[in-house]
Amino acid sequence: MRIAVLRFPGSNCELDTLYVLRRVLGVDADLVWHEAFDRSGYDAVILPGGFSYGDYLRAGTIAAHSPAMGEVRSMADEGKPVIGICNGFQILTEAGLLPGALLRNEGLNFVCRWVSLRVESNKSALTWLLPKGAIIRLPIAHAEGRYVNERRAIKELWRNGQVILTYVDESGKPTPGANPNGSMDNIAGICNEWGNVVGLMPHPERGSERILSPFGSEDGLMLFESMISFKDGRDGRCGSI
Amino acid sequence: MLELMYSEHCSYKSSRPILKILPKEGPRVLVGPGYDAGIVDIGNGYVVAFKIESHNHPSAIDPYNGAATGIGGIVRDILCTNCRPVALLDSLRFGPPRKGRTKWLLKYVVKGISDYGNRIGVPTVAGEVEFDESFETNCLVNVACVGIGRKDSVVLARMDRPGDYIVLMGSSTGRDGIHGVTFASKAITAESEEERPSVQIGDPFMKKVIIEATLEAVATGFVTGLKDLGGAGLTCALSEMAFKGGTGAEVELDRVHLREEGMTPYEIMLSESQERMLFVVKPEGLEGVLEVFRRWGLPHSVIGRVTEGEEVVVRYGGEVVARLPARLLADAPIVRRRARRPRWLAKMLRIPKPKEPKDLGRALARMLSSPNIASKEPIYSQYDHEVGIRTVVKPGDGDAAVLRLLEDPRAIAVKADCNSRHCLLDPFNGHAGAAAESARNVVAVGAEPIAAVDCCNFGNPERPEVFWQFSEGIKGLSFMLRGLGIPCVGGNVSFYNEDERSGRAVNPTTVVVMLGLIEDLDWVTTMAFKEHGDEIFAIGRTYPEMGGSEYYHWIHGICGGRPPRARPERERASMAVVKEAIREGLIDAAHDCSKGGLAVALAIMALKGGLGADVDLKRVPRSGVGRLDELLFSESYARFIVSARPGAARGLKALARRHGAIVSKLGRVVDSPDLSLRFGERVVRCGIGELGRAWGESMRRYLGEL
Repeated sequence: MRIAVLRFPGSNCELDTLYVLRRVLGVDADLVWHEAFDRSGYDAVILPGGFSYGDYLRAGTIAAHSPAMGEVRSMADEGKPVIGICNGFQILTEAGLLPGALLRNEGLNFVCRWVSLRVESNKSALTWLLPKGAIIRLPIAHAEGRYVNERRAIKELWRNGQVILTYVDESGKPTPGANPNGSMDNIAGICNEWGNVVGLMPHPERGSERILSPFGSEDGLMLFESMISFKDGRDGRCGSI
Repeated sequence: MLELMYSEHCSYKSSRPILKILPKEGPRVLVGPGYDAGIVDIGNGYVVAFKIESHNHPSAIDPYNGAATGIGGIVRDILCTNCRPVALLDSLRFGPPRKGRTKWLLKYVVKGISDYGNRIGVPTVAGEVEFDESFETNCLVNVACVGIGRKDSVVLARMDRPGDYIVLMGSSTGRDGIHGVTFASKAITAESEEERPSVQIGDPFMKKVIIEATLEAVATGFVTGLKDLGGAGLTCALSEMAFKGGTGAEVELDRVHLREEGMTPYEIMLSESQERMLFVVKPEGLEGVLEVFRRWGLPHSVIGRVTEGEEVVVRYGGEVVARLPARLLADAPIVRRRARRPRWLAKMLRIPKPKEPKDLGRALARMLSSPNIASKEPIYSQYDHEVGIRTVVKPGDGDAAVLRLLEDPRAIAVKADCNSRHCLLDPFNGHAGAAAESARNVVAVGAEPIAAVDCCNFGNPERPEVFWQFSEGIKGLSFMLRGLGIPCVGGNVSFYNEDERSGRAVNPTTVVVMLGLIEDLDWVTTMAFKEHGDEIFAIGRTYPEMGGSEYYHWIHGICGGRPPRARPERERASMAVVKEAIREGLIDAAHDCSKGGLAVALAIMALKGGLGADVDLKRVPRSGVGRLDELLFSESYARFIVSARPGAARGLKALARRHGAIVSKLGRVVDSPDLSLRFGERVVRCGIGELGRAWGESMRRYLGEL
């Protein structure tokens, strides 16, 4: 397993993600400059968080037109895990690799805090090792994380098991109070139909070590471990285990 | 150019003779005051660079861009030592929170910090916010940055090898910010609005790219000197670097990449355009360094070379347009100012004691809702405090932020503090208190305080009363730092923080940023009560020191009285007990007593833990305290509250004896949701839910979110 962590100008979680992959999980991972990305030799690619190109115009929109995205698209077509975290999620929606859009938070402010999330589907490369209904804790940190889509399209996502994570309260309910940004249906993360392209606003790399968690949790690790053992999304083998 | 370099902002012409008295030496000090940042050796081959700077004047005119570029400037200062910036702290001061101007300033200063700090990927991990009438016109925005680097690859802001190339990298040079430093050395007036063009506009995306490209360029091994362009632009950078290296420089302004046409040599030399760095590069490595800049898409120009001799020669269109000895520019003369104790002070110190409120439980709940005490969560949740995956103790969880070193299993702690009302009433003791409080705060999270930097904010130093405040303040600061054995490795002075119309100066405010080192991650301690049944202890003695207290101000509407006295030997003793108790694993929570005193400290520890507490106030070590409100809300220094599993009392007592400190068991943590503070017959009882609402919702109300 060899993982590419893409670096765009303005990315700022690339070194954190690399640290967790290499030093906590002990897998092979490379930091790859976006202009130099060649997918051969990589089994998965992560688009890390940050503010690629300063999020000028709209979050993720300039990076979505980077030459690297051609390679990312090919990996998605090959069924390999393509993971977008925070700004990476914004880039994937801007590039059309995931449906919907991420708009300015309802409260208009940047929000940085730990949230509780419920695993809604284990169809995706990030969640297939987790039991459906599991509650995990990760931090969020974004100003543009309000997931929106047409109502019909969201129904479709639910039906296909493409909604993978929702914001919930302590008791596991997706209440308005637990929704930090006004996302429709409290959606925090989604995947494509095959489950190999995944985008999420919370930061698994910031929640992978007990020492960093106010809850002593390391839930981010399970997401990365899922990705590492995810083989191929095309035949849907990894869905509903 | 001389006007700029001699402005207060650049030359410290009034302050240098006073600042000299601060302790600067210590076994860990690698670089002390005089460079862009103080650098401290933390062992194992690593160093920490840190510094604090004010951006008061720009923020009072244009809060969003003023605060944002404040971060930009301080990040460059850390970066040009070749340390990676890993944390930001902000100390903010505003007028009364109900005022429209305060709301506007607060909202946009926070937004400026959020938009800029978050985009450059440096977490904002700690800080403080204080509200007081004196800051209504002149808000204070002080920003500190902390960086971590390797000791063997520290770079300094100097050019000492004739023949090396001088490269200007980053944004193009424009007309913005010309004379920004002369603006910062004046009081704010009605005409200040017209100075808005003097406030620079920042570009966080460019800054983020500059951070990565700079660290990569220096890693080539060919960069011999590095400095950011801040106040007075190229003029300041060239002359300072040449002066420090004992060399000269020759530059051609035609080569500078410009933002607009038709700029005169004078404008190019004085432009304060943001996001620019000056590199000094060995000739054999020039191509490699430029290659890094090209890859990151950063504009750059090779503008000249380091020369023998001591002259900065500036050419434009083939002609010499300026020829100046480096010494003249960077070595400004000193102005000796007169100092006089203000006449109004004696009266303020002698105010009569207010009446004790009947319901002290209600008073406690009100204290928790004071904007100076209430939870700042609505502010710090707008800052990314997690990026970098180092933040072990997050804002609101401990007395200081704790950042782990990814390089080895240790951590550093940082905190910024000042109680400006104490400083107003007694600059000597108040400033000493700021140093002590910041040290207590890093001790409470498990660290050993190892170095400090300071940021002085005062009115017009030409007025003898202001200069007295300044010189007394620095004496107090020095007194405490010497008493605690902590060197001051850098600082910043901001004068002229006053409203010319009313003649009102800000409270004298010297913010102290303390750096602590935690050798073992197991020592990291937070303030929340952990378990029901834990025993609660007070460390240190309470005196009836109510002057300048939050209680006097918020409950009784008075600013006066004698503030707490600084007692370095008591501070040392209390800190030693907490430090060692943490190392021996005796205690599981620690919090210092500062604003709001003992009662507020106990309430916050309970709130954070979601647990109650049962406390016998008769057991609080005290001296001369005749009233219950004084016992609850006195802000005496050198005190902590800690909690421990049952059975730790003996160990704590033994530590107290060894260090000459006072420790007393006050009571225990309970699982009922009540905080009860008993004094014989009298009981102050509050529900944790009620206190939590008072503490948690207050800031949201002021921010207009509730």
